[in-house]
Amino acid sequence: MSVPFVESVLLGAILSGMPVLYAALGEVIVERAGVVNLGLEGVMLMGAVTSFASTVRTGSAALGVLAGATAGGLFNLILALLVVTRQANQLASGLALMFFGAGVSALLGAPYIGSRIAGLNPLQIPGLAHLPYLGPLFRSDILAYLAIPAAALVWWGLFRTRWGLSLRAVGENPAAAYAAGYSPPAIQYQALFLAGLFGGIAGADLSIGIVKTWAEWMTAGRGFIAVALVIFSRWHPLRIVWGAVLFGGAVALQLQFQARGAPVSPFLLDTLPYLLSLGVLLVWAGGRRHAAPASLGRVFEGTK
Amino acid sequence: MHNVEPLVALRGITKSFPGILANDRVDFDVYPGEIHALLGENGAGKSTLVKVLYGIHQADTGTIQFGDRAVQIRSPHDARRLGIGMVFQQFTLIPALSVVENVALFLPHLPAVLDHGVIARRIEEVSGRYGLAVDPWAPAWRLSVGEQQKVEILKLLLARSRVLILDEPTRVLVPHEIDGLFRVLAGLREHGYAVVFITHKLPEVLTCADRITVMRGGTVAGTLVRAEATERGLVGLMFGTAWPEEGSSRREPIRESARPLLELREVDTSGDGVSLRQITLTIAPGEIVGVAGVSGNGQRELGDVILGLTQTAGGKKIIHGQDATRWSVDRIRRSGVAFVPEDPLRMLIVPPLSVLENMALADTRKYARHVGLTVDWIAVRRDLEQSTRRLALEMLPPAVPAGTLSGGNVQRLSLVRELSIDPRLIVALYPTRGLDVRGATAARHLLLAMRNRGAGELLISEDLGELFSMSDRLIVLYRGRIVGEARPKDTTVYEIGRLMTGGVAGG
Amino acid sequence: MASAHARIPRHSSARAMLRATGLFGLAFVIFAAVLLAAGKDPIRAYRDILSSTLVDRYGFSEVLVKMIPLMLTALAVAIPSRIWLINIGGEGQLYMGALFATWAATYFAALPAWELLPLVAALGFLGGGLWAAISGVMRAYGWVSETISTLLLNYVAILIVSFFVFGPWKDPESANYPQTAEFVAAARLPTFFGTRVHLGLLIALVAFIVYHVVLTRTRWGLEIRAMGGNMEAARRSGIAIGRYVLVLMFIGGGLAGLAGVGEVSAIQGRLRPSLSPGYGYTGFLISWIAGGNPYGIVASALLMAVITAGGDVLQMAHRLPGSVVNILMALMLFVVLARRRVP
Repeated sequence: MSVPFVESVLLGAILSGMPVLYAALGEVIVERAGVVNLGLEGVMLMGAVTSFASTVRTGSAALGVLAGATAGGLFNLILALLVVTRQANQLASGLALMFFGAGVSALLGAPYIGSRIAGLNPLQIPGLAHLPYLGPLFRSDILAYLAIPAAALVWWGLFRTRWGLSLRAVGENPAAAYAAGYSPPAIQYQALFLAGLFGGIAGADLSIGIVKTWAEWMTAGRGFIAVALVIFSRWHPLRIVWGAVLFGGAVALQLQFQARGAPVSPFLLDTLPYLLSLGVLLVWAGGRRHAAPASLGRVFEGTK
Repeated sequence: MHNVEPLVALRGITKSFPGILANDRVDFDVYPGEIHALLGENGAGKSTLVKVLYGIHQADTGTIQFGDRAVQIRSPHDARRLGIGMVFQQFTLIPALSVVENVALFLPHLPAVLDHGVIARRIEEVSGRYGLAVDPWAPAWRLSVGEQQKVEILKLLLARSRVLILDEPTRVLVPHEIDGLFRVLAGLREHGYAVVFITHKLPEVLTCADRITVMRGGTVAGTLVRAEATERGLVGLMFGTAWPEEGSSRREPIRESARPLLELREVDTSGDGVSLRQITLTIAPGEIVGVAGVSGNGQRELGDVILGLTQTAGGKKIIHGQDATRWSVDRIRRSGVAFVPEDPLRMLIVPPLSVLENMALADTRKYARHVGLTVDWIAVRRDLEQSTRRLALEMLPPAVPAGTLSGGNVQRLSLVRELSIDPRLIVALYPTRGLDVRGATAARHLLLAMRNRGAGELLISEDLGELFSMSDRLIVLYRGRIVGEARPKDTTVYEIGRLMTGGVAGG
Repeated sequence: MASAHARIPRHSSARAMLRATGLFGLAFVIFAAVLLAAGKDPIRAYRDILSSTLVDRYGFSEVLVKMIPLMLTALAVAIPSRIWLINIGGEGQLYMGALFATWAATYFAALPAWELLPLVAALGFLGGGLWAAISGVMRAYGWVSETISTLLLNYVAILIVSFFVFGPWKDPESANYPQTAEFVAAARLPTFFGTRVHLGLLIALVAFIVYHVVLTRTRWGLEIRAMGGNMEAARRSGIAIGRYVLVLMFIGGGLAGLAGVGEVSAIQGRLRPSLSPGYGYTGFLISWIAGGNPYGIVASALLMAVITAGGDVLQMAHRLPGSVVNILMALMLFVVLARRRVP
């Protein structure tokens, strides 16, 4: 395999894997708290449009990322209001949120269609950026460098803090968490806000980090892929990194194969993450039963 | 022996629920450094009493004295703040979390950043002291039931509880685990903890309790120190003496020669809950076989195996002379097996469907016309009327949703439906539990009438009076095994009660 | 994700319709505010949407065209939901139906229409049905919840369609357009009155009638209602639950597959990778709003079709992005989702 081939696949993998990784890191937090957010697509779109618009207005990509994250967090509070406070069906609420995000982002983004921005600059790490094969890893933007630390941070938060413990307890058995003195609704609100931040960053990465334009529905299903990745990782933030690499690699390979006219179908390659997710679930079925948070998708009705 | 003040004193606790007086002016003391057994059959009011103590229920009247002050316990939080902790029958461990995490969740003053190692060391320290050894790093789902119980107790100890309430802690344990638990409790007693433990089982009480309070019908039947207590005396306090001790002889004899309707040969099951072990059982036409046992010793599992809801893990099931070990529920029902459940609204009746539709569910294949494209409602209605008449009941309104019927009428509907197929074998699971006297008498009368017409019946009940008056033969289930078999006229309530509570036959 | 968590509410239809009208009114008011904020005249926008959809003859025909896949995919959700199965795989089942139908239309192109059309439809049904049945099997054996598996299989189905359209089935004559060759005339579903309204409308309406009749009149309907009303009682009454899980998933998926048949065989006349603008997901929401009630589904599908068609109006007459109507759709869902439950 030639150096340029490997380098382009690697670059492609990073580019297509990052937004999905951030989104999935957010989703794993909410799902650990017992909420499924099928509206992630909409959250990402809100993050993408807000960050793009702010970057155009202010010229600062950093402010753009911040604005995108905030928009995502606030947007997810709509879901919190529906599924936590009003105890609405999570799947339907999530899908509705997706459509809402698509509509609102289209409206907000209309004036910015065709705008060009510099976006997030790649940061070259001296000495490493020109390595053969691995070079592209060290010519990425700040969000790409932060992705793995972010995954580690989410892992630490979920598994090494009191907050994470209570959050996982809520996702497994809200009544037990309540009995232990924690408030499931408050924790789910926090989880959704935090997940929204991540979803917003994912959108920002897409619009101002990678594509550097705004287009309607530019997420093109990445929100759903992130949901699938969470399943693939069996609700573990560090395994999400592998899932994102796998997904990004499949996309990147596909692009390269396509460019070279290789006889491997890109589309069949793309089915891999989904089939693997399903395979993972099938393998674990009947064995260890406790991969998915036990209370995922249920409504906590209180203790009475 | 009580030269110290009680740690907790309940005085005149009265608690009623709609239609039932669960606790009637109950006095109950717990001293530091004692194991206090709370004994009584189901419905005697033990659970209500401890739930009042743990703050789940609030007493209608009565006071709780904690140490030297009167307290109000309005919630489990209040109780835990006072140092009262409870281990429920249904453990509250979260399976996906490790032992450390399960314990940490309940610790007061947990730091924001967890140091699992520190918590694990605290667990090991306390568990070493009291013989509660458990791997702190294991996920809870991998623990045996006995280990889960240890973790539940550890949770209370680490959260600094002084009064530990254990609700039937031995029900789910195997014998050597029970011995272990008793050693743990003895160790806790040495360190000044107060232990309240609820049970049905006499030998346990006599082995490990310092004092025994027996409840019956919502009141305290007596409080004894262990030295004063005998098995016979406790059984007397528990069950009273109101029940007939021998079966009446008014029934026609069993047709002994007839081929058995049901045979179980060395049937085993596996799965959640109690597993059946080596059950061998026959039921002949015109025979009622009563199953005695404290609930949770495999009764429901036995009924489910016969009805085909649970697959056997070993052994053979023969119905009407045919091997039915692998038959589906549907096939078993169509061979003439009916089910009379404890709670028909949950187990047999579909609330949103009408009385008539529920009736049709008895055998939808039978009522189907045109391959199933239509249902022969006329036939359903005819059978409903016929069956109602035969059972000498009042006709239920056919078009009314079953969920809107009164409890008694739901019971009637389920009987009418299940007995409409003129079953040859009936499995009755606590058929009179929750019924008023009239309803219970009617149900018993019906079951006897079916028997006299030649049906074989398995009667699962906790009501010893009912079992003695109705059964031709009694078997006793204990921990999934048949531990005794007798004709009612050859045995006594005391004898069966001793077998039910784990005593040895003939002792 | 347990099966019982998405309880689809069912209530008496007259009162439900009244409540829904009130709630939707609220959504329209909020959306009017959004339009105002965007500098548009909401009253004119609503008037334009109405006049170009429900009042205008051609406009109304286009509303009907959009209703067809929405009704079918909603049924695909509603039928399994009767026994607490959650099928969010309508989108994938639609694609698989289209794929199978395209195969039939291509390989049996020589057959006369009266043989070919039923074959195309039957294979479309089979394609969607089998796709859903995969999830049904995994659920019946207790391996993977159908909620997760139907969701994951959506993407797989769409990618498989792309594979065929970009690969082996690509029409050599359509240069760079990824699409199959056009169906022969005998494989095209007939359309009516010179509009794009096609036979699928009739099929969908028949499906509704059959659904209603089977549920209320037949032995199977009785058993399905028993499972929906009390699963434990149904099990103890000897109803073979696993078999129903399979069959209802198959039928649901088959109906979504028919939606795919309509799109390829009547609307597009060929298979393209972007077959559906998310009909499967909208169908899920429609079924959810309607609580599985057949009349509610038709009414909600009509509403959603009007809104979707209204998007084109907003785009052309008011120079708003077409997907802005998604805001209105989502607002309606929000008010329904957040409503106070009737005890």
